[in-house]
Amino acid sequence: MNSKSRSRTIVFTTFLFMIAAGIIAVGLGSVHISVPEILKTIFSTSTTDQYYTIIWDIRLPRVLLALIIGANIAISGALLQAVMGNPLADPGLTGVTSGAAVCVLLIMLAAPEYTQFIPIAAFAGGVLAATIVYSLAWRRNGISPITIILSGVAVNALCGGVIGYLSIIYSDRLPSAVQWLNGSLAAKGNNALFMVLPYAVVGWILSFFAIRKVNIIRLGDQVASNLGENVNRIRIVLSLLAVFLAAISVAAIGMIGFVGLIVPHMARLLVGSDYKYMMPMSMALGALVLLLADTGGRTLFAPLEIPAGILMAVVGGPYFLYLMRRRTF
Amino acid sequence: MFRVNSVSVRYEQKNVVSDFSFHVDKGEIVSVIGPNGSGKSTLLKAMARNIPYHMGSVEFDGTDLKSMNSKQVARKMCMLSQRNEAPSDMTVIDLVSYGRYPHKKWFEKLNSEDMEIVHWVLEKTHLSLYKDRKVSSLSGGESQRAWIAMALAQKPKVLLLDEPTTYLDISHQHEVLELVRELNRDMEMTIIMVLHDLNQASFYSDRIVVVQAGEKVMAGTPNEVMTRDMIRHVYRMDAEIQHIPSEQKPRIHLLSTVR
Repeated sequence: MNSKSRSRTIVFTTFLFMIAAGIIAVGLGSVHISVPEILKTIFSTSTTDQYYTIIWDIRLPRVLLALIIGANIAISGALLQAVMGNPLADPGLTGVTSGAAVCVLLIMLAAPEYTQFIPIAAFAGGVLAATIVYSLAWRRNGISPITIILSGVAVNALCGGVIGYLSIIYSDRLPSAVQWLNGSLAAKGNNALFMVLPYAVVGWILSFFAIRKVNIIRLGDQVASNLGENVNRIRIVLSLLAVFLAAISVAAIGMIGFVGLIVPHMARLLVGSDYKYMMPMSMALGALVLLLADTGGRTLFAPLEIPAGILMAVVGGPYFLYLMRRRTF
Repeated sequence: MFRVNSVSVRYEQKNVVSDFSFHVDKGEIVSVIGPNGSGKSTLLKAMARNIPYHMGSVEFDGTDLKSMNSKQVARKMCMLSQRNEAPSDMTVIDLVSYGRYPHKKWFEKLNSEDMEIVHWVLEKTHLSLYKDRKVSSLSGGESQRAWIAMALAQKPKVLLLDEPTTYLDISHQHEVLELVRELNRDMEMTIIMVLHDLNQASFYSDRIVVVQAGEKVMAGTPNEVMTRDMIRHVYRMDAEIQHIPSEQKPRIHLLSTVR
């Protein structure tokens, strides 16, 4: 019982941290805004405050977007790790992200008049990539860590090739897509926020309803089926949910790697592997990590801005190597 | 109560179990024995609906298993494989609680009645003192008991055990089999298990089914089944069978391989 109340406290504290970091991040930038000013502007009804436009149109949407996408990718990683029974599974390494990216890029470059279909295209691309990885990695007794990484490499290479090809034949339209390809939250504003928010909320609700099923399949396929669960159906539904969360994130801000790998791992270290705590922990921590990456990227080297995706890759790559060395999978 | 009617299981175009029939009565302990690769585990898995069988039928209390959904099956029987692994930080009581989920709808929480059953099961399997320990920190025998406890929390009518003693040392093997016997006597739990050790099968079973190359060789009480002929034929070993008047079960002494 003791460790449970401890886990609960850690999750709660992380959520508080996340909110505090969000408020502070709104204040950071070329124009510095103090916390009381931020709170005053957010909670006042007047639209003539000095910082109204900066906060409501630029900073706050960006911060919220970072929090939402971070939470999405982390939950997606946590789900994939449970479904594949493998702590190295993450939407980036398994090719889900690049599968979604190919389809988004295809619309952005080849059919820019259909941008409203970007989220659906991203989902379709993610599902396709996940299906390929599954069929390559599946063995009779489950999925081994090595085959999942190898099939991820194959799918990522394939998608990388397609992305390269698209950027050559549509090189005239490429500049608009470069920011997106690198996973940047710059200049996204309220449009991206309102595009992703409803999908994200649906995804979160479904994920939280799935917690018990996730915990049951972690006991192993045979035990789960003896407990009266349809293991294959759970696997498919949870995978689709993970792909959905990753795909809408790609649709909104492009490819951001490693959040889905690192965050669930850190969450597991902090609150244990029971998804009742691990899932909300991943959510809060994912939000926090991406917010740090984005805020760091835009303030550390100001006026130069580093896309959050690049910062995540620089930090995430070594962490991944560290995980491989520790052999915690 | 459990009836297997000419079941065949196919794997990669080959029959692993062919035309297999037997039945188990309520409250019996039945052991399935046979050499490695004879299909005994496959048979057990097919009976628990873990793998599909392509011919025949399995009936439980007169109802075909195929006509029940997986939750209904889970409330009637539970199968445990030889080795199970819980997530490394799961506690015994959490593991056992999962046994209650077949009785719950997917959004329903465990109530005090469920927790009563969980505690009662922990008591029964002598694990009350260990309830907050991590399953991964238990010895082989204790951890096997914890998994059996989870199965019991399901309140099944039948417990299917696939080589429950394989990875345990001798004293833990007996600890688990004694528990199985206790459950059978005190709770009238029907037990079907796959065993390797002929003496354990003889000592703990009411009836024994002998499997060879996917087919039933014979079935009957230990006295009927444990014969020199059977052991010579199925295991290619010479053996001596000792009948001790004070024990009702024969003892088997394996002597040498038949050339």
